[in-house]
Amino acid sequence: MTRKQRRLYFVLLGMLALGAAVALVLTAISDSLVYFYSPTDIVTQRIPEGRRMRIGGLVEDGSVKKDGKTVTFKITDITNSLPVVYSGILPDLFREAQGVVVEGRMETDGQFHASEVLAKHDEKYMPKEVADALKKSGQWNDGKTPK
Amino acid sequence: MIAEIGHFALVLALCVALVQAVVPLIGAKRGWSNWMAVAGPASTLQFLFIAVAFGALTNAYVTSDFSLVNVASNSHTEKPMLYKVAGVWGNHEGSLLLWITILALFGFAVTLFGRNLPPGLKSRALAVQAMIAVGFLAFILLTSNPFARLEPPPMDGNGLNPMLQDPGLAFHPPFLYLGYVGFSMAFSFAIAALLEGRVDAAWARWVRPWTLAAWIFLTCGIMLGSWWAYYTLGWGGWWYWDPVENASFMPWLAGTALLHSAVVVEKRDSLKSWTILLAIVAFGFSLLGTFLVRSGVLTSVHAFATDPARGIFILLLLVLAVGGSLTLYAIRAPAMKMGGLFSPISREGSLLLNNVLMSTGAATVLLGTLYPLIADALNLGKVSVGPPFFNAVFLPLMAPMVAVMAVGPMMAWKRGDLAGILGRLKLAAALALGTGALVWFLQGGSAGPWWTGAGFALAVWLGLGTLADLADRIRLFEAPAEALGRALRLPRSAWGMALAHLGVAVFIIGLTASAAWTTEHIQSQKIDQTVDVAGYGVTLKSVHDVPGPNYTASQATFEISRNGTLLAVMQPEKRIYRMPPRPTTTAAIRSGITGDLYVVIGDADPKGGYVTRLYFNPCIAWLWAGGGLLVLGGLVSLLDRRHRVGAPARPRVQPVSAKA
Repeated sequence: MTRKQRRLYFVLLGMLALGAAVALVLTAISDSLVYFYSPTDIVTQRIPEGRRMRIGGLVEDGSVKKDGKTVTFKITDITNSLPVVYSGILPDLFREAQGVVVEGRMETDGQFHASEVLAKHDEKYMPKEVADALKKSGQWNDGKTPK
Repeated sequence: MIAEIGHFALVLALCVALVQAVVPLIGAKRGWSNWMAVAGPASTLQFLFIAVAFGALTNAYVTSDFSLVNVASNSHTEKPMLYKVAGVWGNHEGSLLLWITILALFGFAVTLFGRNLPPGLKSRALAVQAMIAVGFLAFILLTSNPFARLEPPPMDGNGLNPMLQDPGLAFHPPFLYLGYVGFSMAFSFAIAALLEGRVDAAWARWVRPWTLAAWIFLTCGIMLGSWWAYYTLGWGGWWYWDPVENASFMPWLAGTALLHSAVVVEKRDSLKSWTILLAIVAFGFSLLGTFLVRSGVLTSVHAFATDPARGIFILLLLVLAVGGSLTLYAIRAPAMKMGGLFSPISREGSLLLNNVLMSTGAATVLLGTLYPLIADALNLGKVSVGPPFFNAVFLPLMAPMVAVMAVGPMMAWKRGDLAGILGRLKLAAALALGTGALVWFLQGGSAGPWWTGAGFALAVWLGLGTLADLADRIRLFEAPAEALGRALRLPRSAWGMALAHLGVAVFIIGLTASAAWTTEHIQSQKIDQTVDVAGYGVTLKSVHDVPGPNYTASQATFEISRNGTLLAVMQPEKRIYRMPPRPTTTAAIRSGITGDLYVVIGDADPKGGYVTRLYFNPCIAWLWAGGGLLVLGGLVSLLDRRHRVGAPARPRVQPVSAKA
């Protein structure tokens, strides 16, 4: 095998691997991307039901109700709020008026069915998306949670 | 006073690093040996100064000196000693100081063990090492001074985030940093080689032990982090493809590829410029990882103490280091002659295939990790890229690599005999397919996911292939009487490889089983009520309050039984810390070969009883065992005579470095 042939082999191998990777990425990316919305986006825009998404905002004061393993609460960006249903154990830092991100689907009952509730482990920290959503709704208060 | 000494020591270290970055480089260029000789003492001095600074900060934490902002905001007198010490790196400033300490430690190690290194290469490598140190020392001194004072000092500190008050904090970050920063050695040597314009087998022999050591630390660090994430609730399990996890995985992939391509440089004097590129990329990924973790530009479940403004500085360092070294690479690498030729079907060929797939895999992980940033910048909406993407893209790329892993080590250098090897592996192939079919049948066919059979088949194929290769090398079946002797004489690097490859096989079993067959039960459970989890009866007996050192726990007692016999008692807790006043949930885990019982206690249900979450996670122990074998393989290989640090001098007569 000459140098030229070997270089050709290198290039072909590389192209093959990259081609396979690109094909895999293109097939996977449309199904597996999870878009992020604020409660206002959900209320004002038509967002298809049944698509997996994330919603960020604050847990509305006085909205948390627990019934056995099922929890319902409202997530808000102050302008609008959205009811959320979740089954399971909430993260330790889940609290009213605290920033939170929920992942799940809008269902036909008008409620957001969360399969995951993510609260940051650092109470000083607000998820970037939540901060942006609050800025958009004009309720941003220099990183401090309202009140 | 001690804190000021620490601060001053950091300033002195910066001065020394500046000298070390410039003088030896000029010396190496002009051939002035006394200028080159500055590198050694300078690196020693730099390490001493930084060690003093690190000691000063540790002292402040241990003695709870709340006149330091850093200590006051992250520590508390009531905290157990382990977390006072670990708290040093549980925050932004301290973790950077740890980073620099380890960097200086590696530089010092070159001076200590590198007596046989040619002075030109050594002084250049140490100069590059010092440049990195200058960047990070400037960063810490200008933006993140850990020794800033607080006036007046508070009576007590704010305490450490309870999530971090875990043995995981004591071990995970140091190991991870030893790995990240360890790749700086390969990087510095690569840049030095580019400056010298020469890469040869001896170069690879010097670089390999350092890369291997860094790889062992990084593997340890990732496994420890993974274990910590596994037993901590809400971190998405042992692997979540979270940006911070990916940040540690990308350098691991590049480092693994580097280890394998360095073998080809050493043994066959080939793939040189590719190996240099991998060394640059591995450290580039380490810097990127540091940037992603420290800046918080990506939403992660694990990122602590982030500060976007300071992230820009690291980004700048990253751009300078990677941009500068790639430019140098583009200028110098084409001059490097390709060495020994080989056919695609050969040991080199299979190592190259490993490299190509690993690098492609790393590239897809990079794309998935950074995609949210790209999408945001291009106004494509806010997105997150989660496990489904990575599983669909990364795993299919790794499957062929694992398949080749069984065959590659049996290939001869230059030209291998694929048909002969496959003939010898006929039995292994049959057993692998049989296991796959059996697993498929046992899970009830399409009742489980389709890929379980494939995962088990790959694992068995790799495991048996590795064992067959080992048996071949010691002629276990041809001359069994002498096999033991041969086994003892087999190079340690061969044992290391076999152990590491077996580790991958074991790991794949854990990965497949835990991903496919985890069962979860969430319910409101009353006292004395029994829930059936994967054949175990889990009975909630009681919930009591128990005091801890700096928290109060509400501790549940579960009795685990199987067919009526009591097996174990498990006690998960919900803790409320006093400072900062915050709750955490601690799971109870009972590990076994077939799987882990994972029990979590939640809030009291107003209607009586407690919300409980009970899991059975199959074969989780296999993940840790696989990781352990990888580390063991690395250690055994590191003990190989050829890899002894400070290895042999260049074999042939050394040409005077005319190029430089």
